[in-house]
Amino acid sequence: MYVYDQYDQQIVEDRVKQFRDQTRRYLSGELSGEEFRPLRLQNGLYIQRFAPMLRIAVPYGLLSSTQVRKLAKIARDYDKGYAHISTRQNVQFNWPELEDVPEILAELATVQMHAIQTSGNCIRNTTTDQFAGVAKDELIDPRPWCEIIRQWSTFHPEFSHLPRKFKIAVNGAAGDRAAIEVHDIGLEAVKNKAGELGFRVAVGGGLGRTPIVGSFINEFLPWQHLLSYLDAILRVYNRYGRRDNKYKARIKILVKALTPQVFAERVNAEWAHLKDGPTTLTDDEVARVAAHFVDPAYKALQDQDALLATLDSEHPGFARWRERNTFAHKKPGYVAVTLSLKPTGVAPGDVTDKQLDAIAELADRYSFGEVRNSHNQNIILADVEQEQLFTLWGELREQGFATPNVGLLTDIICCPGGDFCSLANAKSIPVAEAIQRRFDNLDYLFDIGDIDLNISGCMNACGHHHVGHIGILGVDKKGQEFYQVSLGGSAGRDASLAQILGPSFAQDDMPDVIDKIVNVYVEQRTEEESFIDTFRRIGVAPFKERVYAANH
Amino acid sequence: MQRIIKNGQIVDESWHVLPKETTFEELSNCDDLIVPLSLWLEHGRALKARDGGLGVWLDAEEEIESIVDSLDDFQVIALNFPAFTDGRHSSSAYLLRTRYGFQGELRAIGDVLRDQLWALKRCGFDAFALREDKDPEDALKAFEEFSEVYQASSDQPVPLFRRRA
Repeated sequence: MYVYDQYDQQIVEDRVKQFRDQTRRYLSGELSGEEFRPLRLQNGLYIQRFAPMLRIAVPYGLLSSTQVRKLAKIARDYDKGYAHISTRQNVQFNWPELEDVPEILAELATVQMHAIQTSGNCIRNTTTDQFAGVAKDELIDPRPWCEIIRQWSTFHPEFSHLPRKFKIAVNGAAGDRAAIEVHDIGLEAVKNKAGELGFRVAVGGGLGRTPIVGSFINEFLPWQHLLSYLDAILRVYNRYGRRDNKYKARIKILVKALTPQVFAERVNAEWAHLKDGPTTLTDDEVARVAAHFVDPAYKALQDQDALLATLDSEHPGFARWRERNTFAHKKPGYVAVTLSLKPTGVAPGDVTDKQLDAIAELADRYSFGEVRNSHNQNIILADVEQEQLFTLWGELREQGFATPNVGLLTDIICCPGGDFCSLANAKSIPVAEAIQRRFDNLDYLFDIGDIDLNISGCMNACGHHHVGHIGILGVDKKGQEFYQVSLGGSAGRDASLAQILGPSFAQDDMPDVIDKIVNVYVEQRTEEESFIDTFRRIGVAPFKERVYAANH
Repeated sequence: MQRIIKNGQIVDESWHVLPKETTFEELSNCDDLIVPLSLWLEHGRALKARDGGLGVWLDAEEEIESIVDSLDDFQVIALNFPAFTDGRHSSSAYLLRTRYGFQGELRAIGDVLRDQLWALKRCGFDAFALREDKDPEDALKAFEEFSEVYQASSDQPVPLFRRRA
């Protein structure tokens, strides 16, 4: 993974000092609450329902075991002993004291971490595929490009007060596990006929109140021009994005208002001034950054199909876990393993300090000392030897990470919701738990198969409900919490936005509602058809009829 | 008399920033004036004929393209921040310096606070009229907060990746 040099380290340490002073000035009354607000937000510090929430940046989801141990220590020393993996691959603490935040940042800086631009109207953490660098279907490793974008976006002086937050995702694989089409900018690695690397550029995707799938405005941007082109997009947005209404301020609204074609023309006109300037990337810089992402010291191994098949037949639980929680690796004899943070009864994505320490230990022993956070709020050991898989499974079971539900109905993406977040209209965690409890039969869960269930506690859509195959949105109706259900969303390469099913439901009804929806699928599916395939074939009507039948 | 920050020093203000509703008839001949854009667009020729110094100021939604053909006429261009979270004129400043070659004083006015100054200076501002309740001495510390930067901007035309040892 990327290792800071003296410049990177200096910038992060300068930031710690700056924020320490900003916090001091706020506490002493030199800065008003209103003046401090954007400053703390640009450092990931929210004032929540009960306490501040501090969001730590995990660039493109990658963590070393040293960093994971530091997060465990912070959870222990400054929080109530747990942390939360967010849908932007970051880590959140829900209970730090405001006064302690400078000290937390100082501790993070000792392990090359920070909270820079994890909130606020600026360029946020760049995200990517959680299987970057190990996936078989990869054209390029996206992580060096994410790091190059991270450095370009860190304290970019011109884009520190944008109309609204700004999110960039990069995909380097045939499949899209980074949901690039629902980002402000989505970058997809492509090669031209000459075999040269470039990026397909999508703009104006996003969730929130006005969900939109992004539009591709450039089919081949040569890699050298990546940063100058990003500068051009951001400049057009910074100058012309709406600032009169925060709900109309995302770039998607500007792109829609101008049309993608006209927006692309504006970007190209701006870019014409910047192209081939000093921000043009060099072979040297790309090589310098990419050198941090070369393969670890893989052994020359063979795939262990026979061994694993034998273990599968002897241990059905292992077979089930392996089917759901492992992912094919580009190197023979290796496999990527997802640690499920979605056991029933735990808020999705929550992990305790002891578990974090255990994860660091497992990473050191099984996976070259690194882990990744996924936007699905799980943790991945990316480089596990197949021969060690059975032993690892045993350890994961002891730690509570072996729930064999990755990609299944109970692997729910869920925001913190009304239990923590002051923006939320409704709680989301208890709804997730009630659904997990209803679907506690593993055979049935496996029979239902791949299905994304995403829950947001309000229309800011941190739980990505618009791109869930089943999406649940908490809404406020005259002070009562209700839940709107939508179907047919997808964050993959065939990105689509979910359609609202109909009137919303009370919290207690939600497990029944999901049950009915799943029943329609099970009855209507053809062999091999996943939930989203069936939905796309039969449409929303049969689901609607079933769910609302009893109410009429 | 207000004090402003100019080139990292605190200096007494010698210019008058005129409000939007100012009419041409009320202008003095000898004072150094920073006039609203509308006045410049209407009375440019006459304003140039005055004896006093001339500057222009633009509100956040006013675009620099309306003055880029006249930059030699201004000693000062002031860009207004209605709220310190409104970043539009960061782009204006960058463009005035790097694309249009403005060499005169580029001043941030309005809701200008210490914690913006570092980034604004990078974009090309060299003068800052802090919000009146703020202490310019304290704000000077903003210029020392960071010792290195990643990106190219007006103050540093070469990005860090071309300068790394």
